Order: sequence, then structure tokens, then C-alpha cells
Amino acid sequence: MVVMKMKFPFEKRVKLAQGLWLLSWCATVAGATTFTLGCLLKTELRRRAEVMDNSDVHIVPNTLMIVGLASLGINYFASKICQDALDAGRFPRWKNFLKPYFAVSSFFTVLMLLAVIMSYAMKGSLESSLKAGLRNGIRFYKDTDTPGRCFQKQNIDRLQMEFQCCGNNDFRDWFEVQWISNRYLDFSSKEVKDRIKSNVDGRYLVDGVPFSCCNPSSPRPCIQNRLTNNSAHYNYDYQTEELNIYLRGCREALLNYYMGLMNTIGAGVLSIFLLQGSVLVSLRFLQTAMEAVAGNENTEIETEGYLLEKGVKETAMEYLNPVLTFLLLKNQVQEGTSDEAAPAAP
Amino acid sequence: MALLKMKFSQQRRVRLAQGLWLLSWLAVTCGAFIFCLGVYIKIELLRRDEVMENTEIHVVPNLLMMVGLASIGANWVASRVCQDSLDPSRFPRWNVILLVWFAVATLLCCLLLAVVVLSYALQGRLEESLKVGLRNGIRFYKDTDVPGRCFQKETIDRLQMEFRCCGNNNFKDWFEVQWVSNRYLDFTSQEVKDRIRSNVDGRYLLDGVPFSCCNPVSPRPCLQYQLTDSRAHYNYEYQSEELNLYSRGCRQALTDYYMGLMNSTGPGVLSVILIQVSVILSMRYLQTAVEGAMALEAPEGESEGYILEKGVKETYADIREKVNNLLKFGQVDPASEDAGAEEGEKAAEAMEKAATPPPAS
Repeated sequence: MVVMKMKFPFEKRVKLAQGLWLLSWCATVAGATTFTLGCLLKTELRRRAEVMDNSDVHIVPNTLMIVGLASLGINYFASKICQDALDAGRFPRWKNFLKPYFAVSSFFTVLMLLAVIMSYAMKGSLESSLKAGLRNGIRFYKDTDTPGRCFQKQNIDRLQMEFQCCGNNDFRDWFEVQWISNRYLDFSSKEVKDRIKSNVDGRYLVDGVPFSCCNPSSPRPCIQNRLTNNSAHYNYDYQTEELNIYLRGCREALLNYYMGLMNTIGAGVLSIFLLQGSVLVSLRFLQTAMEAVAGNENTEIETEGYLLEKGVKETAMEYLNPVLTFLLLKNQVQEGTSDEAAPAAP
Repeated sequence: MALLKMKFSQQRRVRLAQGLWLLSWLAVTCGAFIFCLGVYIKIELLRRDEVMENTEIHVVPNLLMMVGLASIGANWVASRVCQDSLDPSRFPRWNVILLVWFAVATLLCCLLLAVVVLSYALQGRLEESLKVGLRNGIRFYKDTDVPGRCFQKETIDRLQMEFRCCGNNNFKDWFEVQWVSNRYLDFTSQEVKDRIRSNVDGRYLLDGVPFSCCNPVSPRPCLQYQLTDSRAHYNYEYQSEELNLYSRGCRQALTDYYMGLMNSTGPGVLSVILIQVSVILSMRYLQTAVEGAMALEAPEGESEGYILEKGVKETYADIREKVNNLLKFGQVDPASEDAGAEEGEKAAEAMEKAATPPPAS
């Protein structure tokens, strides 16, 4: 039972070959675009690598780059094949090449689709990575004298200013961490001694935030310290104050940014996937139509083109049988010997 | 004695026409590039419009945009002329247009040169404009409740954060201005009353700066208030503290930024001028060579091309005479012929100064 049989008169074959040639060059450009999009995403992820705990999410841009490069090759060969397709003398040399070519092309096309799906699926992983990375960043904010951590302060400050966010979930994360280094604390002062005694770990905790949390849109000069104390500042109410500092957490801000980026890229890659799929389908039709012409003296006869000679299941088994035989090779030999032994026994 | 005479065989004329056609399309692209450059600089200047007092500097991008558009048109015309140049029946209709074209093209080159010169010359004016604009911005920083000024705070804050600068000349400018609004001052407090009484105008001045002056590179949390008092903060020395705030003034930062922008476009504009000049010269050669060929008995033969038919001085004298004749034609009274001749001479001298190479006819 043939899958999707279509009749192809001579003119239709010629038009198919010409259309496919154009389409494959468009798909080559699309492949280059996919590669560029992958590079873009990778660059953006690397820029904020210090606030990410792991690099699991990098699989998305890596896949996009691989698929982009592969599709350049696939579409180059597609254009070469359809150039030779209408020439009965040159088409047969592609015969042995086409079967592995379709296998490899289908694999990379499916991989493209997988990349799009992954860009949505990796949201949770990205979020937990950002959560851990930001928590570390806030914890090591004060360690500007520790090698390896001395840039955390600068990174977190610039991040909060650029993404207009404060803290991990919100600004209260800064209340739970000592973000002022001991080098700048006067341990002979009563206020410092009180604060340090007030908690178990002996940390200097304040209900204040760094300057990078300040919102420029606020009508009043920024209030950074004693945020929870209404009487510390004139005309100030902690509960109702909205514009003073950024209320959004940096994890949410970064997550929104990256998901927006990946969604846009995903939409583009999806349309490229459709383009690539149509190239492969057209090439398959052209191949089968031209193969039916082979051997005939009159090359202008009408032929039939199809996608699969047998049904989907049978074709899948045909491809998988060699692989399965290779994997089950030992079992087959054992079965063979046990069969020989069994009739010999009785 | 013709200026820079060259011989042109038929093949050479054809090559010249083809080469000029390509060159004129390249010049069209260059014109588009100049236009885009003008648009870009204009947008960058408009973005910081609020801290600039006047718009004199805008003459640079405006000129660039005008010249870009004009040169797209002029070079497109040049390419049409090239296409018709080897066809003797269609070339003569371009004669008058070519007169105008040479004048326009030379004017465009002069304007481009003027733009390059202006972009260096206007630095002082830009700095003045920024000085006044920033001073106003800092003065109206606290007026977030006054319509028309309510965005000054946000503008100055974002400016200081983006350009990593503080104040006009430096951070001490903030000490001389009340940048905390009266709405947020507790007038019953002793400290506020002391500060207000301490100066003639009754302003609340403090030795502190807004948060946007803070430098993220500093190893310690930002110190904004009581900056001049070394005892107010632990382990703090006012004179030697460098990283706490941005040390650069915003006027300096913005001037450097805009000068850098305009200087980096300098080489591009100069190369466009060169391309345009080569288009003009090639067009002149093509015109004279083709006209010479059309005048010959054998049109496929060799002709001469030149830039000016006579020498430079003789060409000037020619123009002068023509202008004189033109003016004399307008004079009816023979008694005032001398006065008319004098006027004609003065006008001719004025034209000499602005004279462009005339087309030969």
C-alpha cells in the first residue's frame, strides 16, 4: 500500500524540479538563519553565566547551531540533486546516495522540531538554575576581597540596574543576608554590636537594600535604609510605597527575558522546520517520479510519484531491521545454536 | 590649451561608460549610507534632547540627510546618462541636464566637506549647550510635581547611570543645589532647620548625591550622604576615596560620546567625497569624449576627452564675458553703460569666487 501516490506528467516534473531548486536555496538561507539564531541565544546566555548555576539550558542553542550547519549541507545536496534530476544520464549516479541522505535529513529535521519543543520545556530547569545562581550572587555580594568572588557585587549591581529588578524573589531577600562587608563595619559602635547579637549566626543584617535596587522613576530621592521603619523617613509608608525601589525579583525578570527570546526564536525555527520538511517531501516525490522514467526511451511519459513504497510500519521495519539485527546479533547466534542442539538432543 | 586631455578610442569610451555606470550605482549606495548616518546621528542627539539647551549641533545630521538624498538622485541621473551615452541619438538630450548636474554634484561635495569641518568646529557650541542643559536638569531635579519638569529626575538619573557620570563638572555640583524636594523634608526637625538657616536663600543643601552617582565597581556599599565628613563613615577617607562615586562629569561624558560618534563617521564621509569626485571627473571625460566622437566623420574613431576646453584662467575670462553680455543685454540706456559695465564686473568677480568648472559647448 503506497503512501500518497501522485501522478506526474512531464511538465509537472519539470516545474517540480525548478520549484524545488528555488526552495532548496531558500532553505539554505533559512539554515544559515537557524545557525545565527543559535549563536545569538548562546551569546545571550553566556553574558549572564555568572547568575546561572548550571548550563543545562545551553542544549537549546547548541542544537540549533548543529541543525543550522547540517541543513546547509542537506539543502546544498538537494539543489544539486534536482539540478541533475531531469537529466537521465546524470540522475542514476545519485541512486545509492539517496537512501542514507533521506535518513540523515529526516533525523536533523526532527532534531529541529525537538529544539523548539525543548526551548519551551527547559523553562523549569532555567528557573532553578537562576534561583541558585542569584542566591549565591546575593550571598557573596559583600566578598569583594575574596578571589573568585570579587566581581559578584559589580555583576549583581549591573544586573539589577539593567533588568530593573531587586533581589531573588523580591527586595526582602536582601534583609536575610549580610551584604555589607565586615571591613566597613565599626565593631566598637553600639548599633553594630546590637545587630550582630540579635541573630544566631552573628551576621550584620539590615532592613536595607543596595543602591542598585533604586527606581529612577520615583518622585523622591531613593530610600535604601530602614525600609520597614515608617517613622525613620518623613512622609513615608512602607506598605504603600511602590515606586521607591524595584518590586520585581531578578529571577522573574531574567526568566521572562530569556523565555521571550526563546519563544521568538522558536517561532522562527518552526517555520524553518516547515520549509525544510517541504523540501524533503518534494525531493522524495521528484526522486520516485524520475526513477519510474528510468529505462524508458521516451522520457516525457507520465509517471507516478509517492512518498513511501510500502506503508509506514513496513518502511520503518525495513530501516530498523538492520539496526535491530546488529544489536540482537548475539541472541540470533545463540538461538541458532540452541535450535541445532534441540533437534539433535531427542 | 585643454586641461588634462586624454585620448579615447571607441573601446575605451565603452569601458568608461560601463565603469562609470557601476561607479554611479556605488555612489547611490554611498548616498543611502550618508542618509542613514544622518538619521542615526539625529536620533542619538534627539534621545538626549532634554539635557541640551539649543539645537545648533543638529545642523550636522540635517545636512547629512539632505546631502544623502540629493546624492542618491544625482547619481541615479548619472547612471541614466551613462546608459544613453553610447547611443548618439539619445545622448544630446542630456546636454542641458548635465550642466545642472555638474553644478549640483560639486555643491554636494562641498557640502560634505563642510559637514566634516562643522562636526569638529561645533564642539564648543555642543559643550555650551550641554553645560546649560545639565545645569537646568540638576536644578529642577527635585521638581517631580511641577508639570513640564516632572521627568527631569528620571532623565538625570538614567543619564548618570548610563554614561557613568555625576553632576555637570563633577559630583560637587550636587552640593550647591537643593535636590531633595520640600515635600519630603520634615520642617520640625532640628537638622533640617539648621541647614535651611545656614544659607541665604533658605535652601536645604547637603553634602550628598543621588543614588545614580554610585559606582557599581566600588568594593564597599555606596556612600551617598555626608561625603565630606570622614568620621561619619567607618574606614572612609574623603580625599582618597576614588571608586565610591563616578568621578567624571556628565558634560565631559556626553561631549566625548558625541565627538566620538561624529569623528568615527569622518573617514566614511571622506571616502564618499572621493567617490563622488571620481564620478564627476569620469562623467566630464565621458561627456567630452562622446561629444567629440559625435562631431567626427567616423563615429567609431578616436576622440579626445578633457576636463576644461581651455585653461583655468581662460575659462574664468569666458564666464566673465558671458555674464557681462548677459547684463549688457538687460541695459537699455547707453549713458549708464559704464555704470552697467562696472556692475557687471563686480557681479562677475562675485561669480568668480563661486565659479564651478563650466561645461564646454
